[in-house]
Amino acid sequence: MIFKIAWKNAWFKPLNTVLSIVLLTASVAIISLLILLQKQFEKQFSSNIDGVDLVIGAKGSPMQLILSSVYQMDAPTGNINYAAAKVWMKHPFVKTAIPLAFGDNYRGFKIVGTTTDYLKKYEAEIESGKLFSKKFEVVLGSEVARKMNSKIGDTFLSSHGDAEEGEVHEEHPYVVVGVASPTGKVIDNLILSNIESVWAMHHHEEKTTEIIVHQHTEGDEHHHEEIHNHDEDHEITAVLIKLKNKMGFVLWPRLIAQNTDMQAASPAIEINRLFSLFGIGLEALQYLAYGIMLISGISIFIALYNTLKERKYEFALMRVSGAKRSQLLILVLFESILLCIIGFILGTILGRLALYFISTSTEETYKMAFNPFEFAIKEEGILFLTTIFVGVIAAVIPAVKAYRLNISKTLANA
Amino acid sequence: MIRTQNVAFQYNLETKFQFEDLQCKAGETLLITGASGKGKTTLLHLLGGLLKPTSGSVFIDEVDVCQLSSAKLDHFRGQNIGLILQKAHFIAALTVLENIELASWLTDKSKKKQKAIELLTLLGLENFSNKIPSQLSVGQQQRVSIARALINEPKLLLADEPTSSLDDANAKVVAELLDQLSQKYNAALIIVTHDQRLKERFKTSIEL
Repeated sequence: MIFKIAWKNAWFKPLNTVLSIVLLTASVAIISLLILLQKQFEKQFSSNIDGVDLVIGAKGSPMQLILSSVYQMDAPTGNINYAAAKVWMKHPFVKTAIPLAFGDNYRGFKIVGTTTDYLKKYEAEIESGKLFSKKFEVVLGSEVARKMNSKIGDTFLSSHGDAEEGEVHEEHPYVVVGVASPTGKVIDNLILSNIESVWAMHHHEEKTTEIIVHQHTEGDEHHHEEIHNHDEDHEITAVLIKLKNKMGFVLWPRLIAQNTDMQAASPAIEINRLFSLFGIGLEALQYLAYGIMLISGISIFIALYNTLKERKYEFALMRVSGAKRSQLLILVLFESILLCIIGFILGTILGRLALYFISTSTEETYKMAFNPFEFAIKEEGILFLTTIFVGVIAAVIPAVKAYRLNISKTLANA
Repeated sequence: MIRTQNVAFQYNLETKFQFEDLQCKAGETLLITGASGKGKTTLLHLLGGLLKPTSGSVFIDEVDVCQLSSAKLDHFRGQNIGLILQKAHFIAALTVLENIELASWLTDKSKKKQKAIELLTLLGLENFSNKIPSQLSVGQQQRVSIARALINEPKLLLADEPTSSLDDANAKVVAELLDQLSQKYNAALIIVTHDQRLKERFKTSIEL
């Protein structure tokens, strides 16, 4: 019954109620969107750097190197000489080293030349088919397989570079030999082959640059004993390194930068830098949303306080009809909390709707999807309690006034 | 049914009321008249337990209402006293029927829907039960407040100037209904008024 009165009262003054609910919905939607976005964003970013202590690649921005080689989100910083990289890959500090060679794409999905260690790093199994072993054999990431609707035995022609519209390599079709299991990480959006495939695909291009590469490597000859093996003119894009000895983590970035034309970047450090950059923006948005929530609290307060004058006869009447003081207190608090609960529910739904739309666009552009159905129990729980708290605070003064109402005086002046 | 003993009430140093003892039995009607400022409404509020007397006692059904705690008094009032005011007030957001049901729910947690409809029919308002109170005329509103006052079958019915804002026809209807229904439910009826129309109808009266 109290619920019914509160509900009917709320809709008796629809404009006040709608204003309060709209404000609450907006603030809850923004905050819950930010909570989910930040949480899933960090999770996606952090899960991809598991098992990567350092990335070796061409000189340039370390952030760009990490974004391109670990997240496949940016253009690579350039290529490095495979022979030069091998020196570090075979270093005793290293536990695993995974070479990556970018070259082509198929319908926007990157084709990455690598070793089978890359699948192991992401804990991706071969769901059907087998691993790539020969040139031009590829394993599809789970998302790629789903979206391309391809099956084992299919062949396709790749386009050069990372643009979908790039020059098509018509001479060597790729053959799908396997599909990887879904991992929720970047690998789902990649097409994997061995490095030799990428090299062979670009053989005609490498020939033109061979001389330069050759001269360059000969200049460095005294540094590298392996310079004259068969990898000598081959290039790769980056190497993902997992270290045995954490000393390398401290020493290598300087050592490599000083002695080679490569750089070693730490994904953990770069991603932290990225998060702290993002963090400022997210925090500002969060403050804005809490500001809106404060305003909605004030709006509820004003609405309750304004109607109090008309409603004091109602309250006096309820008392005369046998209502206890506490029942009036509860009624007023409940009316406010009711608005907050409605606002919270609508806000949560709206926030997820927004996340869904953001997710479709980020998936398109960055191959990064967010799950709108995830619940951040702790953060959203805190948000819920905050919303209720705002409702209680907004109603305290009107509720106490209703509680302390002098019935005789009110009715005598009626 | 109801009797008072040396009831006095003091608002402040200047405004002080000393009331003569009065009593009213079940099924009887008592008119309290007097000029403005003589404390008519104050006496009614004292009888209804809305005010506590500075001294003296009010006995309803041999219960000294002045000794009840605030929460107990609220409950006692809901159960035993029906109050009709000069101007009818309602929960604006609820329908006529819901307003009446609320009065019974607040007293004993049961919605006497059947009884409420019965009362509205007696008062000739059965077609208005799903309207909100502000859609009714003043006379109709006053009749609804009679229905609300009677829903819990109180032993005492208190009316504060129930006819003063009504025209002759409506005043007659309201007076008649009050008389009839208090007889029907065997309640003591006390009316505070300066309305000549009521003085002609009800003969037992005291003047302050």
